[in-house]
Amino acid sequence: MNAQFTLERSPRGRLILTLADGSCHHDVLPVRAFPLTAPDEFVALVSALGQELVSIDRLDELPAATQQLLLEALAPREFVPRILGIEKVSTFSTPSVWTLQTDRGPTQLTLKAEEDIRRLPGGRLLITDNHGLQFMVEDQAALDPRSRRTLERFL
Amino acid sequence: MIENLHAPSLNLLPPDWRALIAARLAPDESVRACCETDLTPDLRYATGVLVLTTQRLLHLAGAEPEHEWPIGADLALRQSDYAGVGLVEVTRGATRLAVVRFSLAHSTGATHVVAEFARLRLDGGLAGVPPSPCPECRGPVDPASGVCAACIRELDAPPSTWTLFRLWRFARPYRTQLFFGFLFTLGSTFATLIPPYLTMPLMDKVLIPFQNGTPIDQSRLILYLGGLLCAALFAWVLGWARTYLLALVSERIGADLRTTTFNHLLGLSLEYFGGKRTGDLISRLGSESDRICVFLSLHALDFATDVLVILMTAAILFSIDPWLALTTLLPLPFIGWMIHAVRDRLRTGFEKLMRVWSEVANVLSDTIPGIRVVKAFAQEERESKRFLVANQYNLALNDRLNKTWALFAPTVSLLTEVGLLVVWGFGIFQISQHEITVGVLTAFLAYIGRFYARLDSMSRIVSNTQKAAAAAKRIFDILDHVSSVPEPRQPLTIPVVRGRIELREVGFRYGSRQVLRGISLEIAPGEMIGLVGQSGSGKSTLVNLMCRFYDVAAGEILLDGVDIRNLSLASFRSHIGLVLQEPFLFFGTVADNIAYGKPGANRAEIVAAARAAHAHDFILRLPQGYDSLVGERGQGLSGGERQRVSIARALLINPRILILDEATSSVDTETEKEIQRALENLVRGRTTIAVAHRLSTLRKADRLVVLDRGRVAEIGSHTDLLAREGIYARLYQAQLRQHEEGELAGVHP
Ligand SMILES: Nc1ncnc2c1ncn2[C@@H]1O[C@H](COP(=O)(O)OP(=O)(O)OP(=O)(O)O)[C@@H](O)[C@H]1O
Ligand SMILES: [Mg+2]
Repeated sequence: MNAQFTLERSPRGRLILTLADGSCHHDVLPVRAFPLTAPDEFVALVSALGQELVSIDRLDELPAATQQLLLEALAPREFVPRILGIEKVSTFSTPSVWTLQTDRGPTQLTLKAEEDIRRLPGGRLLITDNHGLQFMVEDQAALDPRSRRTLERFL
Repeated sequence: MIENLHAPSLNLLPPDWRALIAARLAPDESVRACCETDLTPDLRYATGVLVLTTQRLLHLAGAEPEHEWPIGADLALRQSDYAGVGLVEVTRGATRLAVVRFSLAHSTGATHVVAEFARLRLDGGLAGVPPSPCPECRGPVDPASGVCAACIRELDAPPSTWTLFRLWRFARPYRTQLFFGFLFTLGSTFATLIPPYLTMPLMDKVLIPFQNGTPIDQSRLILYLGGLLCAALFAWVLGWARTYLLALVSERIGADLRTTTFNHLLGLSLEYFGGKRTGDLISRLGSESDRICVFLSLHALDFATDVLVILMTAAILFSIDPWLALTTLLPLPFIGWMIHAVRDRLRTGFEKLMRVWSEVANVLSDTIPGIRVVKAFAQEERESKRFLVANQYNLALNDRLNKTWALFAPTVSLLTEVGLLVVWGFGIFQISQHEITVGVLTAFLAYIGRFYARLDSMSRIVSNTQKAAAAAKRIFDILDHVSSVPEPRQPLTIPVVRGRIELREVGFRYGSRQVLRGISLEIAPGEMIGLVGQSGSGKSTLVNLMCRFYDVAAGEILLDGVDIRNLSLASFRSHIGLVLQEPFLFFGTVADNIAYGKPGANRAEIVAAARAAHAHDFILRLPQGYDSLVGERGQGLSGGERQRVSIARALLINPRILILDEATSSVDTETEKEIQRALENLVRGRTTIAVAHRLSTLRKADRLVVLDRGRVAEIGSHTDLLAREGIYARLYQAQLRQHEEGELAGVHP
């Protein structure tokens, strides 16, 4: 249902959506329906009350400007640092504090239990820390040998 | 002078930032609140600090340009979070000035800044300096513990890796038995070492002289042979005593370990169980604790014996002939090195293996209770595949481990064979040089046989030790987990509970998902509150908080004016009767289930409770009445019947507070009316919180509380709320229409 719509940004930084029928919605939020397995398909624009207003089947079929706007609005909601290396872990049992290199800079995460490491299709790993923040390991094989061995111990 | 003025307020700041901020403060300006931040606007990690002073809001972060906003009438702060990232939006009028981002570790501090900002706007900065913040998160502290409530749960230290030694805690009560066991071990080991020693004189003083023409010395021979027999008998008796005693002790230690772990598990909060799979926990408590037990009774003992034998043999060998002894011990360092090299790999391998075992158990514990769904959707194939995959992973891991392991044992054997060869060679050389006698060489060879056999068995124990260490680690993982709903250190008691409940600004989140926000509510003793709202609006969550299944993330819940976190859990819950959305019955008789909360209840009480819950009639229809078995593998009960049994269970403990979460959702309208009538009597005089979708159920409620996406949307009586024409009115109208349509069509809704 790639309905016609226009999107603009208010001075407060919120998105304003105008639908084909002329109705105007403030504070709409873009939400990906399959953030992990198909991020660019089925993106919904949701009203402030949580109702879906528009469903976008494919992000790349949109006009470039709208796409840009959506991606900018999505970015802060999709903070998933990619783990580039594991420098140190406090212990091999849980809870364990990991000192990491990520694509967003160095940081630490506290792993509450091994169950918080979720295997995704395609060999990716999604690690949830004690505050619910998620970290991604794109490719275990691409990590340096030491990080890989450390990670192995938790899998 | 200026420094003095700032001093108390600067204590609010994290130490690293004090100097930087102090340099920026005006003389008459003081800090009101602050929080650390760790993300830049474009979401990179960088430490920073957000400071609220009496005059402005300051934000410093790493290399980013610093910002400051004077506090004017139109400056506003708004905090929110999503997926683990929190943000504070700074706006002036209709424009957004900035967004300050941080990971949720700092959200308590940020909430504090936002709250202080609001207060500052109200009192214009007249109030004194707020108390020192929590050293962890800069949020407000709990005066009792000195740490803020949000941080208590994060302070639990990770367990150490020397887990096997931690089993000592369980062995301590049996230390006398263990001591005797050790003595026996020592004795029997010593006894087994006597025979080879006797071969020496037997050879040199009896056999070789005989070969050289001297007749056999009868008395000497009898002495030596008798010695051999005695040593064998001695070793046998002591060996038996030792094995029996230690097996006895280790079984007890194993049982204690299991019981302690289970008891600890029971004390953990729902949050813990929410994050664990049943199969995993079952396998930890069952097979893995058994593995530790086997290790303690068999392998640990063997290991101790082996070490003893090796040490004693080495001592004896050296006392006979140091040079030959030295050659004998040659392979030892190699074996030691090998054990070391293989150990780590084995332990991690075994730990992984256990996790895979848990995975197999998880598939089972998922599939068996859900078997109806599996069959209904004809997905037997798929479940079988899931099991196969888990099993195959298990196999693959085993194969990999066995590869290491299979190489290990033969290598040890090879080394010992080589060692034996060296001893033969060196021994013969020494005999030819007349440095030792044939008897000495024979004795050496006999000792070495034992020595190497022990080395071999010791190296085999490596794998069992590593298995036990891995199992111990997984058990201590449970034991080290601190409940996130902790017992207060000094529990307060309420002599007579009146049932007044007060919620103040209660907030709650599951992980990073905010579910309840700023809920304030006062419930008078004996009042009945109806909780309504859309599915997913947080009704069950609120009920969970009131039962203290979870602790609030913000705000507090008071019972008769006392924070429920200061009451002992058991005494607090004994005042609560709870009927849940999904009633759960334990395996046992109907009577047992009704009396679950009050095991001493007599039959009259049980029947009275069942009558009151309108369960009596259907129970009488069961083939064995109150003695029918229900729960897993028991007599099947319908959803409505189960619910009535659980209502009876709640009523029997005669609680001051009754919590009904959709207590009557799965009974037909007629039965519901009956239960309703029963409840009306029982609700009288008790504080009641009832959650219901069918609004008609809540007609008798004194007040209705409408929740909408985690906030209180409306509060009032049925008529008030209808008059207000808000959410409740809409819900009610919709249900009324549905009901009428149902009536027209001749069916009940
Ligand atoms: N254990 C949990 N972990 C994470 N989120 C949860 C958990 N339990 C509930 N939630 C979420 O919290 C929100 C509130 O759930 P809650 O069970 O309180 O709703 P409810 O009002 O009782 O709904 P219903 O009327 O359907 O029973 C829902 O969005 C739900 O998805
Ligand atoms: Mg519910």
